[in-house]
Amino acid sequence: MAAPLGEPGSEAPGGKRRPHGMLKLYYGLSDPAVEACGGLAPGGDPGGPTDINGAHFDPEMFLTKLRKECPLAQLMDCETDMVKQIRALDSDMQTLVYENYNKFISATDTIRKMKNDFKKMEDEMDCLAANMAVITDFSARISSTLQDQHEQITKLSGVHTLLRKLQFLFELPARLTKCVELEAYGQAVRYYSKARSILHQYQHMPSFQGIQDDCQKIMADLAQKLREKFRDGGSGAKDLAECVELLLQLDEPAEELCDEFLSHARCRLEAELQALEAELGQPGGAPMTDILEFTDRGCNIFVSNMCLVIASYQELFVSREGAQGITRMAQDKLVAFVNCLMETYFSLVERRIQLEKGVGDNSLLVRALDRFHRRLQALAKLLPASNVAAEGTEIVVRAAKERIHQYLLALQSFYQDCLTDVRQSLAAPRLAGKESPNLAELLGTISASVLNQIKSVLTYVHLFTAKDITFSNKPYFKGEFCSQGVREGLIVGFIKSMCQTAQQFCETTGDKGGSTPPTLLLLLSRLCLDYETSTISYILTLTDEQFLVQDHSPITPVTSLCAEARETAQKLLNHYVKVQGLIISQMLRKSVETRDWVNTIEPRNVRAVMKRVVEDTTSIDVQVGLLYEEGIRKAQSSDSSKRTFSVYSSSRQQSRYAPSYTPSAPLDTNLLSNIQKLFSERIDIFSPVEFNKVSVLTGIIKISLKTFLECVRLRTFGRYGLQQIQVDCYYLQLYLWRFVCDENLVHFLLDEIVASTAHRCLDPVPMEQSVIEVICERG
Amino acid sequence: MEDDAPVIYGLEFQARALTPQTAETDAIRFLIGTQSLKYDNQIHIIDFDDENNIINKNVLIHQVGEIWHISASPADKGVLATCYNKTSDSKVMTCAAVWRMPKELESGSHESPDDSSSNTQTLELLCHLDNTAHGNMACVIWEPMGDGKKLISLADNHLLLWDLQESSSNAVLSSSAALEGKGQLKFTSGRWSPHHNCTQVATANDTAIRGWDTRSMRQIYCIESAHGQLVRDLDFNPNKQYYLASCGDDCKVKFWDTRNVSEPVKTLEEHSHWVWNVRYNHSHDQLVLSGSSDSRVILSNMVSISSEPFGHLVDDDELSDQEDHHQEKTKEPLQDSIIATYEEHEDSVYAVEWSSADPWLFASLSYDGRLVINRVPRALKYHILL
Repeated sequence: MAAPLGEPGSEAPGGKRRPHGMLKLYYGLSDPAVEACGGLAPGGDPGGPTDINGAHFDPEMFLTKLRKECPLAQLMDCETDMVKQIRALDSDMQTLVYENYNKFISATDTIRKMKNDFKKMEDEMDCLAANMAVITDFSARISSTLQDQHEQITKLSGVHTLLRKLQFLFELPARLTKCVELEAYGQAVRYYSKARSILHQYQHMPSFQGIQDDCQKIMADLAQKLREKFRDGGSGAKDLAECVELLLQLDEPAEELCDEFLSHARCRLEAELQALEAELGQPGGAPMTDILEFTDRGCNIFVSNMCLVIASYQELFVSREGAQGITRMAQDKLVAFVNCLMETYFSLVERRIQLEKGVGDNSLLVRALDRFHRRLQALAKLLPASNVAAEGTEIVVRAAKERIHQYLLALQSFYQDCLTDVRQSLAAPRLAGKESPNLAELLGTISASVLNQIKSVLTYVHLFTAKDITFSNKPYFKGEFCSQGVREGLIVGFIKSMCQTAQQFCETTGDKGGSTPPTLLLLLSRLCLDYETSTISYILTLTDEQFLVQDHSPITPVTSLCAEARETAQKLLNHYVKVQGLIISQMLRKSVETRDWVNTIEPRNVRAVMKRVVEDTTSIDVQVGLLYEEGIRKAQSSDSSKRTFSVYSSSRQQSRYAPSYTPSAPLDTNLLSNIQKLFSERIDIFSPVEFNKVSVLTGIIKISLKTFLECVRLRTFGRYGLQQIQVDCYYLQLYLWRFVCDENLVHFLLDEIVASTAHRCLDPVPMEQSVIEVICERG
Repeated sequence: MEDDAPVIYGLEFQARALTPQTAETDAIRFLIGTQSLKYDNQIHIIDFDDENNIINKNVLIHQVGEIWHISASPADKGVLATCYNKTSDSKVMTCAAVWRMPKELESGSHESPDDSSSNTQTLELLCHLDNTAHGNMACVIWEPMGDGKKLISLADNHLLLWDLQESSSNAVLSSSAALEGKGQLKFTSGRWSPHHNCTQVATANDTAIRGWDTRSMRQIYCIESAHGQLVRDLDFNPNKQYYLASCGDDCKVKFWDTRNVSEPVKTLEEHSHWVWNVRYNHSHDQLVLSGSSDSRVILSNMVSISSEPFGHLVDDDELSDQEDHHQEKTKEPLQDSIIATYEEHEDSVYAVEWSSADPWLFASLSYDGRLVINRVPRALKYHILL
């Protein structure tokens, strides 16, 4: 007991719990609470002989221990405590007995009542079992009586069905005939297909055999009729579909049907193609209709019919339920059929496109191509297995390429025409005896008209890439068409051919002055130079803007084109100088070669040829001045025209140039040293010129005077011959210095001429400078 | 391998005529004819000592007039022909004559005379080529590789074939041909082909080049407008019988195959003024010289149209197999190129000539009387030889 050592306040709960604890203990359940109490017992020996609550409690030992260990007061307390506890336990026991007694009594009553009820129930169950046995007995008896009749009925019903089937079979031929008569082919086929297997099964019986034969004959007729109808083709698509379906049900070979269907379609389509071909007109002749109309017709009649054929075919053979077996074969046949016909169609279209040679507006062509391409898309969607779309695109691409090529040719011929025009207008005023002051105007015209032509061609070509054109988003038209086609093929190609055409003028006319008027050379040179400075980059920028090039293939850079144009301009100008120089040279050469210089008379005038030279040079100067800037010249001395010749001026006496020379020839050595000194700056006669007037004129004059010099050296002169040359040279000096960049050049060459003449003179007596001046001023 | 510097020799007079001493094959010797209206003209015999780089000269007086053309006999070292201007009665006439130089000068001077002017010698006249009926003589050409008995001279529009008889003291006109056509036709120059047994001559007049057969004196081919302007000179390839070079006032040098004259085989356009002279090297026909009035001489290497387009081919017999193999490797076509431009002249160059003795040496003559002797660059020489 937990209370023996104090805590009297906690007695009540401990007392309340105790009876349950005892019960539990009785049933072998441990009470942890109790054990805990025990653990706290003063003996400190739970379960031991001194534990008052434990099972092994030994009162003797407990008492001895108590007596030994505890003082009297504690013993007294313990005794009172123990008495108090015993009393409490007694009262507890009494309460428990009262409580449980009542419960025992009521339980006994209940058990007695249950015993009575069960007995009653057992009786009723026995009664039920007996009744059920009776019912089973009755039922069995009824069943056995009805058995025979039931079997008979079943048999009768079976016979009835069979009879009906037989009746159907016997009536089948008649029915089928009737159906055929009524054209209810579907019905007939349904009937037949129902009976077919049975007939097949029992065909060894003669009667069935007959029926089968009859049916087969009728059905063969039917199939024949159906085929005729099918072949006839006049009926609508729905009828046709029905026909095909029926025929297929009749086990007609699908392949044959496909072939028949297609060959039938082919007839019609080919007729349409022939009609199209007729529109192409005679070979070599003009087509009967414009290209848009042609494609329209092609699209609306041929392509749409083709689409119809494909659609109905697919409905009939390919996508029909239960047709999986033939799908593949049918599809292959269709593709082959379509490809074959489309090929013919494409070749017709291509022929028609090739007839399209006009190089003006090509919106019609583009629209036609667009339509052509668009309609093919529909067809390709219907039949993805065919390569129609790709081929169609190919055709469009080819047409576009061809078009670009034609435009290039057109541009080139336009350029040639321009040149011819210029030639004519250059020739015309000369015939009329007038000068041609309209060079700048001509240049402007040709430049503007070529540029306009390029622009309009660009606009035409641009149509190919317009947004609303279906094929414009094909990769070719986005990339290669813009960069390789338009930019490289058309524009760059044209500029290059322009340069080449111009350069040809330089080469072909190298002999004998040639047929090209020099003015044209000058004009073209300026044109090429203008192209170099601005036009090329303008055109290319325009092109790049209009055709946003996404392609990254290599393209010709602007600089290389410009370089080519510049080179052409340079060549043309050089050639111009050469040709003009040659014209003047020839005059001078003839004048020197044809005259007898030994026996000529004393000069009174400047020779006419010199005047002519100055005149020509002046007109060349004017001509070049119209197109080229003035250019830079070296500073001029104020008395340029007044310079005297230094042939024999004593100031030029110099020491001899080589010690091995004999002193016997003072004049020669003098000259030689002069030449030696003057030649220190070498002059290139036929050297490239710069793009300005002065440089051009300098080139021409250099060529002319050098020729003069070489010719003079081949002749022998008398006294007056020398004087005439002196006069001529002075005259040239008076007028030519103003044209060249460095007047010393003219002076030097003229000095050389006079010196050489003097050297080639049998009787070198020079004319007085004053006399020369008088003659020149007079003439 | 530094190239030797050019050797320059100055004449007192202006000069146009230059020829190698054709019959001389050991010493390098050139003949120059001067042009002077007031003084006695001279023929300078220039001996070039290759080893010491020294020029020795001898001067012969040519009293009859200024020399426009000079040519040496291929057989006799001492014989030469000149075309010269003769002025009489205020009439200028170009004549031609065959001369013999003094015996001791034939094979060079043993001792150099102290000064040329002091002891000049005269030429001995062998014969005149009588041209009174034919007009001015443009040039005289000897039959190449012949015995020095046959000459051709060009006189205005006549092509004259002469036979020298009685040890060259008498010239007999054996046959002639005349060029007929519109205007005043005039031959400017001509060359005798060393091929076809020396039966072909080519001439130039205006812009045309014509080939002649010396047996029939008939024209065998004609290149109309061979040049844009006057044709100045021509030369036969010494190794390829149908190849011909020409030059003219259009600043070009053109190479022709006389079997197909519609187009030149090749055109060079390197000069900046008239080209007066073009010469094939006698042994290595890829080397072509041209002289021009832009006062330049240009040496070109025309390998692609030469007789040795793959370089020098050694005779098979002299080769062992190994060398043969090596040879094949180098058989690539070589590129045509300009080897050198010589700018030693300061006046128009009217004549260039290869030496007849040394195939690697040439002389050029400009109007101011300057003779320049140059060599083919060593590197190229060894490249061709090895």
